[in-house]
Amino acid sequence: MVKIHEKKFVSADPEKCVGCQVCEYICSLTKGKAFNPLKSRIRVIRMNQLVNLAVTCRLCEDPPCVAACPRDALTQSEETGVIQVDEDKCNGCGWCIEACDYGAIMLHPENKVVYVCDLCKEQGEPQCVKWCPEEALDLVTSDVLAQKARITAVKKLFQEALKTTK
Amino acid sequence: MYGYAGRILHIDLTTGKTHVELLNEEYAKKYIGGIGLGMRLWLDNSKPGVEPFSPDNPLVLSTGPISGSVWPTGGNGHAFVSKSPQSYGVGEAKSHGSFGTEMKRAGYDAIIFKGKAEKLAYVWIDDDSVQILDASHLAGKSPADTEEAIREELGDYYIRVAAIGSAGEKLVRIACIINDKTRAAGRTGLGAVMGSKNLKAIAVRGTRDIMAAKPDEFMEYVKEFHERMKGPATQKYRTLGTPENVLVHNSLSCMPTRNYNNSRFDSAEKVSGESLNERFVAKIIGCSSCAMRCEHMCVVAEGPYKGTMTRMEYETLWAMGPYCGVDRLDAIIKGMDLCNYYGIDAISAGVIAGFAMDCYEQGILTQEDLGGIDARFGNAEAMVKLIEMIGKREGIGDILAEGVKIAGEKIGKGAEKLGQHIKGVEVTGYDLRALKTAALGFAVSFRGADHNRHGAYAFDVKGKVNRLVAEKGRGKLVKDMEDVYNLIDSFIVCKFSRGTYYKELEDMTKLYTLVTGIEMTPEELKKTGERINNVARLFNIREGLTRKDDTLPYKVMHQPITDEGPSKGAYVSQEELDLLLDDYYASRGWTREGIPTVEKLEELGMDDLIPIVEGKTARQMEE
Repeated sequence: MVKIHEKKFVSADPEKCVGCQVCEYICSLTKGKAFNPLKSRIRVIRMNQLVNLAVTCRLCEDPPCVAACPRDALTQSEETGVIQVDEDKCNGCGWCIEACDYGAIMLHPENKVVYVCDLCKEQGEPQCVKWCPEEALDLVTSDVLAQKARITAVKKLFQEALKTTK
Repeated sequence: MYGYAGRILHIDLTTGKTHVELLNEEYAKKYIGGIGLGMRLWLDNSKPGVEPFSPDNPLVLSTGPISGSVWPTGGNGHAFVSKSPQSYGVGEAKSHGSFGTEMKRAGYDAIIFKGKAEKLAYVWIDDDSVQILDASHLAGKSPADTEEAIREELGDYYIRVAAIGSAGEKLVRIACIINDKTRAAGRTGLGAVMGSKNLKAIAVRGTRDIMAAKPDEFMEYVKEFHERMKGPATQKYRTLGTPENVLVHNSLSCMPTRNYNNSRFDSAEKVSGESLNERFVAKIIGCSSCAMRCEHMCVVAEGPYKGTMTRMEYETLWAMGPYCGVDRLDAIIKGMDLCNYYGIDAISAGVIAGFAMDCYEQGILTQEDLGGIDARFGNAEAMVKLIEMIGKREGIGDILAEGVKIAGEKIGKGAEKLGQHIKGVEVTGYDLRALKTAALGFAVSFRGADHNRHGAYAFDVKGKVNRLVAEKGRGKLVKDMEDVYNLIDSFIVCKFSRGTYYKELEDMTKLYTLVTGIEMTPEELKKTGERINNVARLFNIREGLTRKDDTLPYKVMHQPITDEGPSKGAYVSQEELDLLLDDYYASRGWTREGIPTVEKLEELGMDDLIPIVEGKTARQMEE
């Protein structure tokens, strides 16, 4: 079983994300051989012009999507934490979609089964992270996210001191 | 077809009938998309002399072959083309954001709106389903609020909307069409054409796949351009943004100030790009598929305009700032926000406000005429109030909403000379007296006064030519730039990315073929840029424009620059303009009257449009 502090997922830095949707185009191309944000496993939300964020699967502990599936179509990989969809079992009922707090699992418009970020296991690394022009996307563990947040907070607190020691 | 959707949607707002026409590959290759295809389709679907506000004036909405792909800056564009209620010739404007990409996925290269809805309506295009829906509850709403409301009622956050504000509904001649809240198809008044059709908004959702003809090579090329976009070619747009121009233009004494009474602004530092970024820019965001991002979002944090948030660029900052003598950035940002709210072209709005201020200072308009406003140059509150009055057609705003040309004629008493425009379209932020290559570019621009049809100012500003001299050779400089700009606006890629096409035509040719699979050579593409300029010229000729309309604003030709500095004494005389025009027409292979010859049209494969010039060239020979 993958340990919590080793489990990596794709996360967007709200400071850096500009809402350009390049990740959506790249994801749909990688997974579906076409440009179509509707088939992307990462989606961008622009609340207003200042608030932009790409959102995808967070690989939760005890994932509610897995728990919600009445047909046992969803499982979580013990090795990586990725949510796996058994397309033969999935009937597109959408319980998992309702259960996900992040809107990270979606119904495929043509296949009529759900799909979710798999960290581009075939390509070896998430293509959205590789292509993001703003370097806003990162493959991180929750430990690293927490570290980043701490560093940002401390930097803000000690802005002046950091300036003088530069 | 790859790249292209291969379909053109016709919507008759009078009858409610729609039909789909297939896009033939010959048209695609000859006119590319965007404004090129748009102008050709407009000609095919209209009768000569149609009134801009007539139901018979088609409003063409088009995307380019690149739209819908991940091509950096190119995946997202769309263009509007119609007969302009300002110039009575070519009206065209592009916008970026995320509307064009959605329209392409819905399966259309172009949508042609004709007729007039019985009452205010919006069109809901959901792939193959097209509905004309009641919009009476949206009357008076801003484009941004309209977008929100439509998404809400159709129940999908990702629906994209292009809408007009109250100004478009009231046929304000500088009305624009806005998508994604702050992105405008701004110039030439096409929002008023949309308003004349009772068309409040176009909502679209597209679910089709978009594929490039040669996907692997295409993605390699995308990767290369992602790298180029991180380099020096786009640095300006990623850092200070276009407002960097304020101090550059000011130092060259070529920034029209106080309605062209000056060519430099004593308070330029206060409204500089540097100042804007330091004090107001909160975030720089990007359009769909962009890899450079440029949209400088400004927020006013304190004072009377606290809470205002909008995008700012040089032209709009200049128009509501230096052109009105205004040195307060918070007020300029407020003015911009109001332009977005009412849905008006912020360049023209600022120029009209400057014009009104000049009329006031000259005693042509009184404080009473202006509804009590003390419209001195530099009065920031007066500028904001004037913008509001134009947007609402309130008081004097009702006349000003006609644009400086018509307003000048209506006001009279010399106001005609104070309105600075070309072909009825208000000037932009380049003092043409001191930039003579630009002056030619502006004079011949097929959509009236505009820097975005040629970029010819670059030769002047960068010192590649003597900017204060009119001489032979400028014609070819302008022509070549125009032809490239025509391609940029037909593909549609963003002009801010133009520097990343290191080998210009060669790079664009490669892009075109990788996306569409249609073979093309750089020479053919060059010819295509020329063809698009000729189709625009034929549009204007058919609608009655002549050499006389290829002219310059009154002050550019009659009021030399008085400011001390490098441009003092500069202006453009009739002789200089004639020399420039003759040179330009010759380089285009047009007659001295500026009419494309039959031979030229044959050379460009435009035989089917020869009837437009027939008789005209012969008549001139007799003269």
